[in-house]
Amino acid sequence: MSPADPLTQDFELGFTYTRSTGPVVGRFLTGLRERRIEGVRASDGRVIVPPMEYDPDTAAALEDFVEVGQEGELVSWCWVSEPRAAHPFERPFAWGMIRLDGADVPMVHCIAADSEQDLVTGARVRASWVDEPRGHISDIRCFELVEGGAS
Amino acid sequence: MRDIAVVAYHQSDCLASAGASNEVELIMPVLRQVFDQVGLHNAQDVDFVCSGSCDYLQGAAFAFVAGVDALGAVPPIRESHVEMDAAWALYESILKIRMGHADSALIYGFAKSSPGELPIVLSQQLDPYYLAPLWVDTVSLAALQARLMLDKGAITEADMAAVVARSRRNALGNPRAQLAGEVSVEELLAEETYVSPLRRHDCCPVSDGAAAMIIATVEQAERWGKPYARITGIDHRIESHNLGLRDLCDSVSTRRAAAAAGVADGAVDVAELYAPFSHQEIILSRALALGESTAINPSGGVLAGNLMMASGLSRVGEVFRRIVEGEAGRGVAHATSGPCLQHNLVAVLEAA
Repeated sequence: MSPADPLTQDFELGFTYTRSTGPVVGRFLTGLRERRIEGVRASDGRVIVPPMEYDPDTAAALEDFVEVGQEGELVSWCWVSEPRAAHPFERPFAWGMIRLDGADVPMVHCIAADSEQDLVTGARVRASWVDEPRGHISDIRCFELVEGGAS
Repeated sequence: MRDIAVVAYHQSDCLASAGASNEVELIMPVLRQVFDQVGLHNAQDVDFVCSGSCDYLQGAAFAFVAGVDALGAVPPIRESHVEMDAAWALYESILKIRMGHADSALIYGFAKSSPGELPIVLSQQLDPYYLAPLWVDTVSLAALQARLMLDKGAITEADMAAVVARSRRNALGNPRAQLAGEVSVEELLAEETYVSPLRRHDCCPVSDGAAAMIIATVEQAERWGKPYARITGIDHRIESHNLGLRDLCDSVSTRRAAAAAGVADGAVDVAELYAPFSHQEIILSRALALGESTAINPSGGVLAGNLMMASGLSRVGEVFRRIVEGEAGRGVAHATSGPCLQHNLVAVLEAA
């Protein structure tokens, strides 16, 4: 090695192990693999989607799973006119808080739309799935507006 | 319980980029400033040191340990760190003193946020299964919160612009600020949206820098013979990590922390609020029940410059500074952490 050669070493920043997602998160993610969206019923009866492992008020372990709809209502949204490199879309899109039918608590996910003007709070949206779900939150590729579904 | 006094505070300029300076080089000047304010030589002259920083911002595990190089930790010192804003390092230091394990403490917070893409870096602090893999950034989450408030009629876009206009104007008197100037609500509203409904000016800038503070028992402060302000109350509360479960139009945790800290026990002359987004200052002002008689963010607040991991400590420092300079008799400082004001700390400071 000549003195001018820099010393280099490949380095991957990340966790080199796998871990179990447990009976609650794992069940939700497994459901996604079958294009099914499941929530969990909290002590006060509210259905929380995605499910939480512990009750937000009593801290009791939650296990009463409820399948919810693939459509829901846009509770809030924001328009990303300049997507970032890490974002799920390269073209402008929206983030939304979506309350799925049968759920009481909205979830955050991305929304595909042609323009900001197409979106309105209260709009009906539907889950759009990737071709090969693998048990990951991004198996839901995005939510899309339901035609004529504004409520 | 032992009374706590803030004795010294300094914050660096908020820089859009600190260039080639490393974290130690950001920290050392602010430490020198607070040592000089009290007449101390170095970290050997205080009983305890606690810092606040975030390894995610440096992109390396245990990166905060490098910050200790700024202290000169030989002979050994008693030192601690929180992976939080340094306002929480202040909280730990207060507990340490109240327990009788120290009579004085040095607190500092620092971050060089400019090299990374801050809103994306912060997305990795979210729920690791449901949110982080989507790379939903913190600006977008704040925008969802703002839309909820606008839809509900709890605020208007003009209200948000008014917060920004006041911040820019107040920052004209703050030599450490990054953004300052005279700008009207109409001019601000004429700007395009960024992450709609937010405009760029509704979001705090990304800043590099550091802040430091020295606190002590009131007895030690008297021995040092320097002007001080007393911390008469401090408390912090956190809300669920599930955004859907929270009332994002309110800050329940701030209300609870304010009640425990005794905010309502007297007049509030000045309040420094850690509101990274314009609408959040309105949420916080309401949660703290601040009225017309309170000067809110006279420094310009973090909309004029946001030192990650130090801005919360700076809010306490700004209130301290105004009290010892005689501008205020009693003030409230607030710090926040997490998306959409998830975790909030409230402190009450009073003249000695």
